[in-house]
Amino acid sequence: MNPMNYVYLSALLFSIGAAGVLLRRNAIVVFMCVELMLNATNLAFVTFARMQGNLDGQVIAFFVMVVAAAEVVVGLAIIVTMFRTRRSASVDGANLLKY
Amino acid sequence: MSTSATLLAAATDTGTGEAVTFWLLAPVAVLAALGMLFSKKAVHSALLLALTMMCLAVLYLAQDAPFLGVVQIVVYTGAVMMLFLFVLMLVGVDSSDSLVETLRGQRVAGVLAGLGFGAILVLGIGDAVVSNEGLEEANADGNVPGLANLIFSKYVFAFEVTSALLITAALGAMILAHRERLERRLSQRELSVERFRGGQQPAPLPSPGVFARHNAVDTPALLPDGTPAETSVSRVLAARGDVRQVPGSTQPSAEVARQDDA
Repeated sequence: MNPMNYVYLSALLFSIGAAGVLLRRNAIVVFMCVELMLNATNLAFVTFARMQGNLDGQVIAFFVMVVAAAEVVVGLAIIVTMFRTRRSASVDGANLLKY
Repeated sequence: MSTSATLLAAATDTGTGEAVTFWLLAPVAVLAALGMLFSKKAVHSALLLALTMMCLAVLYLAQDAPFLGVVQIVVYTGAVMMLFLFVLMLVGVDSSDSLVETLRGQRVAGVLAGLGFGAILVLGIGDAVVSNEGLEEANADGNVPGLANLIFSKYVFAFEVTSALLITAALGAMILAHRERLERRLSQRELSVERFRGGQQPAPLPSPGVFARHNAVDTPALLPDGTPAETSVSRVLAARGDVRQVPGSTQPSAEVARQDDA
Protein backbone atom coordinates (compact mmCIF):
# COMPACT_ATOMS: atom_id res chain seq x y z
CA MET A 1 0.00 0.00 0.00
CA ASN A 2 1.19 3.47 -0.84
CA PRO A 3 1.45 5.83 2.18
CA MET A 4 -0.19 8.49 0.03
CA ASN A 5 -3.47 6.72 0.86
CA TYR A 6 -3.25 8.30 4.31
CA VAL A 7 -3.08 11.73 2.68
CA TYR A 8 -6.11 10.89 0.52
CA LEU A 9 -8.01 9.86 3.65
CA SER A 10 -6.97 13.10 5.31
CA ALA A 11 -8.17 15.13 2.32
CA LEU A 12 -11.50 13.28 2.39
CA LEU A 13 -12.04 13.89 6.10
CA PHE A 14 -11.03 17.54 5.68
CA SER A 15 -13.59 18.08 2.90
CA ILE A 16 -16.30 16.37 4.97
CA GLY A 17 -15.50 18.73 7.84
CA ALA A 18 -15.52 21.77 5.53
CA ALA A 19 -18.87 20.75 4.05
CA GLY A 20 -20.21 20.33 7.59
CA VAL A 21 -19.15 23.84 8.53
CA LEU A 22 -21.01 25.14 5.48
CA LEU A 23 -24.12 22.99 5.93
CA ARG A 24 -24.93 22.67 9.62
CA ARG A 25 -26.66 25.33 11.72
CA ASN A 26 -26.12 24.09 15.26
CA ALA A 27 -23.04 25.91 16.54
CA ILE A 28 -21.84 22.85 18.46
CA VAL A 29 -21.99 20.62 15.37
CA VAL A 30 -20.19 23.29 13.34
CA PHE A 31 -17.52 23.29 16.01
CA MET A 32 -17.23 19.49 15.83
CA CYS A 33 -16.70 19.78 12.09
CA VAL A 34 -13.84 22.23 12.73
CA GLU A 35 -12.35 19.61 15.07
CA LEU A 36 -12.65 17.01 12.32
CA MET A 37 -10.72 19.31 9.98
CA LEU A 38 -7.97 19.75 12.58
CA ASN A 39 -7.77 15.98 13.01
CA ALA A 40 -7.49 15.50 9.26
CA THR A 41 -4.55 17.91 9.07
CA ASN A 42 -2.92 16.06 11.96
CA LEU A 43 -3.15 12.80 10.02
CA ALA A 44 -1.51 14.51 7.04
CA PHE A 45 1.29 15.84 9.30
CA VAL A 46 1.96 12.40 10.79
CA THR A 47 2.04 10.86 7.31
CA PHE A 48 4.43 13.52 6.01
CA ALA A 49 6.70 12.94 9.02
CA ARG A 50 6.82 9.28 8.12
CA MET A 51 7.45 9.98 4.43
CA GLN A 52 10.25 12.43 5.17
CA GLY A 53 11.84 10.23 7.80
CA ASN A 54 12.05 12.85 10.55
CA LEU A 55 9.89 13.71 13.53
CA ASP A 56 9.21 17.39 12.77
CA GLY A 57 5.78 16.60 11.38
CA GLN A 58 4.82 14.78 14.55
CA VAL A 59 5.96 17.74 16.66
CA ILE A 60 3.79 20.07 14.56
CA ALA A 61 0.82 17.69 14.93
CA PHE A 62 1.41 17.80 18.69
CA PHE A 63 1.28 21.61 18.67
CA VAL A 64 -1.90 21.49 16.58
CA MET A 65 -3.45 19.30 19.29
CA VAL A 66 -2.45 21.79 22.00
CA VAL A 67 -3.91 24.73 20.07
CA ALA A 68 -7.06 22.72 19.32
CA ALA A 69 -7.56 21.95 23.00
CA ALA A 70 -7.25 25.65 23.91
CA GLU A 71 -9.57 26.55 21.04
CA VAL A 72 -12.23 24.06 22.18
CA VAL A 73 -12.25 25.55 25.68
CA VAL A 74 -12.77 29.11 24.45
CA GLY A 75 -15.16 28.15 21.65
CA LEU A 76 -17.43 26.13 23.89
CA ALA A 77 -17.45 28.95 26.45
CA ILE A 78 -18.55 31.31 23.66
CA ILE A 79 -21.30 28.87 22.62
CA VAL A 80 -22.53 28.61 26.23
CA THR A 81 -22.61 32.42 26.50
CA MET A 82 -24.48 32.63 23.19
CA PHE A 83 -26.99 30.04 24.37
CA ARG A 84 -27.55 31.93 27.61
CA THR A 85 -28.45 35.19 25.90
CA ARG A 86 -30.71 33.85 23.15
CA ARG A 87 -31.73 30.36 24.33
CA SER A 88 -30.54 28.70 21.12
CA ALA A 89 -27.26 27.43 19.74
CA SER A 90 -28.13 28.20 16.14
CA VAL A 91 -25.50 30.12 14.21
CA ASP A 92 -28.26 32.00 12.36
CA GLY A 93 -29.26 33.82 15.51
CA ALA A 94 -25.82 35.16 16.30
CA ASN A 95 -25.68 38.12 13.93
CA LEU A 96 -24.74 40.73 16.51
CA LEU A 97 -21.52 41.00 18.46
CA LYS A 98 -23.28 42.43 21.50
CA TYR A 99 -26.73 42.15 23.17
CA MET B 1 10.65 3.81 -17.02
CA SER B 2 8.93 0.68 -15.83
CA THR B 3 11.94 -0.36 -13.74
CA SER B 4 12.04 3.03 -12.07
CA ALA B 5 8.30 2.76 -11.42
CA THR B 6 8.70 -0.64 -9.80
CA LEU B 7 11.66 0.66 -7.80
CA LEU B 8 9.53 3.57 -6.63
CA ALA B 9 6.71 1.20 -5.77
CA ALA B 10 9.09 -0.97 -3.76
CA ALA B 11 10.49 2.06 -1.97
CA THR B 12 7.06 3.44 -1.06
CA ASP B 13 5.36 0.17 -0.17
CA THR B 14 4.22 -0.42 3.37
CA GLY B 15 3.73 -3.72 5.12
CA THR B 16 0.69 -5.95 4.66
CA GLY B 17 -0.42 -5.58 8.26
CA GLU B 18 -0.48 -1.84 7.94
CA ALA B 19 -2.43 -2.06 4.68
CA VAL B 20 -5.04 -4.29 6.36
CA THR B 21 -5.31 -1.85 9.29
CA PHE B 22 -5.72 1.05 6.92
CA TRP B 23 -8.35 -0.54 4.71
CA LEU B 24 -10.31 -1.67 7.77
CA LEU B 25 -10.21 1.64 9.59
CA ALA B 26 -10.33 4.22 6.78
CA PRO B 27 -13.90 3.30 5.67
CA VAL B 28 -15.03 3.31 9.30
CA ALA B 29 -13.51 6.77 9.80
CA VAL B 30 -15.07 8.17 6.62
CA LEU B 31 -18.48 6.63 7.33
CA ALA B 32 -18.44 7.95 10.90
CA ALA B 33 -17.48 11.41 9.63
CA LEU B 34 -20.34 11.32 7.10
CA GLY B 35 -22.70 10.14 9.84
CA MET B 36 -21.56 13.08 11.96
CA LEU B 37 -22.37 15.37 9.07
CA PHE B 38 -25.84 13.96 8.43
CA SER B 39 -27.16 12.90 11.84
CA LYS B 40 -29.96 15.05 13.15
CA LYS B 41 -29.11 14.82 16.83
CA ALA B 42 -26.02 16.57 18.10
CA VAL B 43 -25.25 13.77 20.59
CA HIS B 44 -25.02 11.24 17.76
CA SER B 45 -22.70 13.62 15.91
CA ALA B 46 -20.45 13.85 18.96
CA LEU B 47 -20.25 10.08 19.44
CA LEU B 48 -19.55 9.46 15.74
CA LEU B 49 -16.81 12.11 15.83
CA ALA B 50 -15.28 10.28 18.79
CA LEU B 51 -15.29 7.09 16.67
CA THR B 52 -13.50 8.90 13.83
CA MET B 53 -10.91 10.21 16.27
CA MET B 54 -10.27 6.74 17.67
CA CYS B 55 -9.77 5.37 14.14
CA LEU B 56 -7.26 8.18 13.52
CA ALA B 57 -5.47 7.30 16.78
CA VAL B 58 -4.97 3.72 15.59
CA LEU B 59 -3.72 5.02 12.24
CA TYR B 60 -1.16 7.16 14.13
CA LEU B 61 -0.04 4.05 16.02
CA ALA B 62 0.32 2.22 12.71
CA GLN B 63 2.52 5.04 11.36
CA ASP B 64 5.22 4.86 14.04
CA ALA B 65 3.70 7.67 16.10
CA PRO B 66 2.81 5.93 19.39
CA PHE B 67 3.03 9.14 21.44
CA LEU B 68 0.60 11.01 19.20
CA GLY B 69 -1.74 8.02 19.09
CA VAL B 70 -1.97 7.91 22.87
CA VAL B 71 -2.27 11.71 23.13
CA GLN B 72 -5.03 11.60 20.52
CA ILE B 73 -7.04 9.17 22.63
CA VAL B 74 -6.36 10.97 25.92
CA VAL B 75 -6.81 14.56 24.72
CA TYR B 76 -9.34 14.25 21.90
CA THR B 77 -11.64 11.37 22.71
CA GLY B 78 -11.03 11.72 26.44
CA ALA B 79 -11.08 15.44 27.12
CA VAL B 80 -12.32 17.33 24.07
CA MET B 81 -15.24 15.08 23.19
CA MET B 82 -16.36 14.82 26.81
CA LEU B 83 -16.27 18.63 26.99
CA PHE B 84 -18.46 18.66 23.88
CA LEU B 85 -20.91 16.24 25.51
CA PHE B 86 -20.93 18.34 28.70
CA VAL B 87 -21.85 21.45 26.75
CA LEU B 88 -24.46 19.50 24.77
CA MET B 89 -26.10 18.40 28.02
CA LEU B 90 -25.89 21.99 29.33
CA VAL B 91 -27.40 23.47 26.19
CA GLY B 92 -30.09 20.82 25.87
CA VAL B 93 -30.01 17.53 24.04
CA ASP B 94 -33.12 18.26 22.02
CA SER B 95 -31.61 21.39 20.43
CA SER B 96 -31.48 19.95 16.94
CA ASP B 97 -30.90 21.86 13.75
CA SER B 98 -33.70 23.78 12.16
CA LEU B 99 -34.13 22.40 8.66
CA VAL B 100 -35.41 25.69 7.25
CA GLU B 101 -33.06 27.28 4.75
CA THR B 102 -32.57 30.91 5.70
CA LEU B 103 -30.38 31.56 2.66
CA ARG B 104 -31.88 30.22 -0.53
CA GLY B 105 -29.72 27.61 -2.26
CA GLN B 106 -27.21 27.57 0.60
CA ARG B 107 -27.44 23.82 1.06
CA VAL B 108 -26.80 23.01 -2.60
CA ALA B 109 -23.99 25.55 -2.71
CA GLY B 110 -22.47 24.04 0.46
CA VAL B 111 -22.56 20.50 -0.94
CA LEU B 112 -21.06 21.68 -4.24
CA ALA B 113 -18.33 23.64 -2.46
CA GLY B 114 -17.47 20.61 -0.29
CA LEU B 115 -17.32 18.23 -3.27
CA GLY B 116 -15.29 20.69 -5.34
CA PHE B 117 -12.88 21.29 -2.51
CA GLY B 118 -12.40 17.54 -2.05
CA ALA B 119 -11.82 17.08 -5.79
CA ILE B 120 -9.21 19.86 -5.85
CA LEU B 121 -7.41 18.36 -2.86
CA VAL B 122 -7.38 14.82 -4.27
CA LEU B 123 -6.22 15.98 -7.71
CA GLY B 124 -3.51 18.10 -6.12
CA ILE B 125 -2.29 15.21 -4.02
CA GLY B 126 -2.23 12.97 -7.07
CA ASP B 127 0.55 15.12 -8.54
CA ALA B 128 2.75 14.93 -5.48
CA VAL B 129 6.16 13.23 -5.57
CA VAL B 130 6.12 10.43 -3.04
CA SER B 131 8.93 9.14 -0.94
CA ASN B 132 8.78 6.83 2.02
CA GLU B 133 11.83 7.16 4.20
CA GLY B 134 10.25 5.50 7.21
CA LEU B 135 10.86 6.47 10.80
CA GLU B 136 13.16 3.62 11.87
CA GLU B 137 16.18 5.93 12.03
CA ALA B 138 14.38 8.84 13.69
CA ASN B 139 12.69 6.52 16.19
CA ALA B 140 15.93 4.67 16.98
CA ASP B 141 15.96 5.90 20.60
CA GLY B 142 12.20 5.54 20.87
CA ASN B 143 9.47 7.84 19.70
CA VAL B 144 8.99 9.82 22.92
CA PRO B 145 12.71 10.67 23.44
CA GLY B 146 12.94 11.66 19.78
CA LEU B 147 9.98 14.02 20.11
CA ALA B 148 11.30 15.39 23.40
CA ASN B 149 14.68 16.14 21.79
CA LEU B 150 12.93 18.19 19.11
CA ILE B 151 10.43 19.94 21.39
CA PHE B 152 13.05 21.03 23.92
CA SER B 153 15.67 22.11 21.40
CA LYS B 154 14.42 23.21 17.99
CA TYR B 155 10.85 24.03 18.99
CA VAL B 156 11.48 25.24 22.54
CA PHE B 157 10.25 28.76 21.83
CA ALA B 158 6.97 27.50 20.39
CA PHE B 159 6.65 25.24 23.41
CA GLU B 160 7.12 28.19 25.79
CA VAL B 161 4.61 30.31 23.87
CA THR B 162 2.13 27.44 24.23
CA SER B 163 2.03 28.06 27.98
CA ALA B 164 0.94 31.66 27.37
CA LEU B 165 -1.74 30.36 25.01
CA LEU B 166 -3.05 27.89 27.58
CA ILE B 167 -3.20 30.53 30.33
CA THR B 168 -5.01 32.93 27.99
CA ALA B 169 -7.50 30.22 27.01
CA ALA B 170 -8.21 29.34 30.65
CA LEU B 171 -8.72 33.01 31.56
CA GLY B 172 -10.91 33.57 28.51
CA ALA B 173 -13.11 30.58 29.33
CA MET B 174 -13.51 31.77 32.92
CA ILE B 175 -14.45 35.29 31.84
CA LEU B 176 -16.88 34.06 29.17
CA ALA B 177 -18.58 31.53 31.44
CA HIS B 178 -18.81 33.90 34.40
CA ARG B 179 -22.23 35.44 34.93
CA GLU B 180 -22.49 38.72 36.78
CA ARG B 181 -25.31 38.83 39.34
CA LEU B 182 -27.32 41.91 38.46
CA GLU B 183 -29.90 41.89 41.25
CA ARG B 184 -29.94 40.90 44.90
CA ARG B 185 -30.32 37.22 45.74
CA LEU B 186 -33.95 36.53 46.76
CA SER B 187 -34.55 35.18 50.23
CA GLN B 188 -36.41 31.94 50.82
CA ARG B 189 -39.47 33.82 52.07
CA GLU B 190 -39.61 36.02 48.96
CA LEU B 191 -39.25 32.97 46.72
CA SER B 192 -42.09 31.22 48.53
CA VAL B 193 -44.40 34.26 48.29
CA GLU B 194 -43.61 34.57 44.60
CA ARG B 195 -44.35 30.90 44.00
CA PHE B 196 -47.81 31.11 45.58
CA ARG B 197 -48.68 34.45 43.95
CA GLY B 198 -47.55 33.30 40.54
CA GLY B 199 -50.47 30.95 40.10
CA GLN B 200 -48.28 27.97 39.24
CA GLN B 201 -48.71 24.68 41.00
CA PRO B 202 -47.16 25.29 44.44
CA ALA B 203 -47.00 21.63 45.44
CA PRO B 204 -44.67 19.07 43.84
CA LEU B 205 -45.88 17.58 40.58
CA PRO B 206 -47.73 14.25 40.77
CA SER B 207 -45.61 11.15 40.47
CA PRO B 208 -45.99 8.87 37.42
CA GLY B 209 -48.50 6.07 37.42
CA VAL B 210 -47.91 2.77 39.22
CA PHE B 211 -49.99 0.05 37.64
CA ALA B 212 -49.99 -3.71 37.65
CA ARG B 213 -48.15 -3.95 34.34
CA HIS B 214 -46.21 -0.68 34.08
CA ASN B 215 -44.64 1.41 36.78
CA ALA B 216 -42.08 3.30 34.75
CA VAL B 217 -41.68 7.08 34.49
CA ASP B 218 -43.15 7.08 30.99
CA THR B 219 -46.61 6.02 32.22
CA PRO B 220 -48.87 8.88 33.34
CA ALA B 221 -50.89 8.64 36.55
CA LEU B 222 -54.68 8.50 36.27
CA LEU B 223 -56.90 11.23 37.68
CA PRO B 224 -60.08 10.22 39.57
CA ASP B 225 -62.14 10.55 36.40
CA GLY B 226 -59.88 8.17 34.50
CA THR B 227 -58.00 10.67 32.36
CA PRO B 228 -54.20 10.63 32.40
CA ALA B 229 -52.53 13.36 34.47
CA GLU B 230 -50.31 15.12 31.98
CA THR B 231 -48.07 16.75 34.59
CA SER B 232 -47.09 13.37 36.03
CA VAL B 233 -44.76 12.63 33.09
CA SER B 234 -41.55 14.52 32.41
CA ARG B 235 -42.05 16.99 29.59
CA VAL B 236 -38.80 15.82 28.01
CA LEU B 237 -40.42 12.40 27.45
CA ALA B 238 -43.53 14.10 26.09
CA ALA B 239 -41.45 16.16 23.66
CA ARG B 240 -39.74 12.99 22.47
CA GLY B 241 -43.07 11.24 22.06
CA ASP B 242 -42.07 8.50 24.49
CA VAL B 243 -45.16 8.69 26.72
CA ARG B 244 -46.82 5.29 27.08
CA GLN B 245 -50.56 5.13 26.81
CA VAL B 246 -52.24 3.97 29.98
CA PRO B 247 -53.97 0.64 29.39
CA GLY B 248 -57.67 1.01 30.06
CA SER B 249 -57.83 4.78 29.70
CA THR B 250 -59.81 5.87 26.70
CA GLN B 251 -58.18 9.23 26.17
CA PRO B 252 -54.88 9.38 24.34
CA SER B 253 -52.38 11.25 26.46
CA ALA B 254 -52.05 14.66 24.91
CA GLU B 255 -48.83 16.59 25.02
CA VAL B 256 -47.86 17.83 28.42
CA ALA B 257 -48.82 21.46 28.89
CA ARG B 258 -45.43 23.10 28.81
CA GLN B 259 -44.91 25.34 31.78
CA ASP B 260 -42.48 27.83 30.40
CA ASP B 261 -39.87 28.77 32.91
CA ALA B 262 -39.42 32.17 31.28
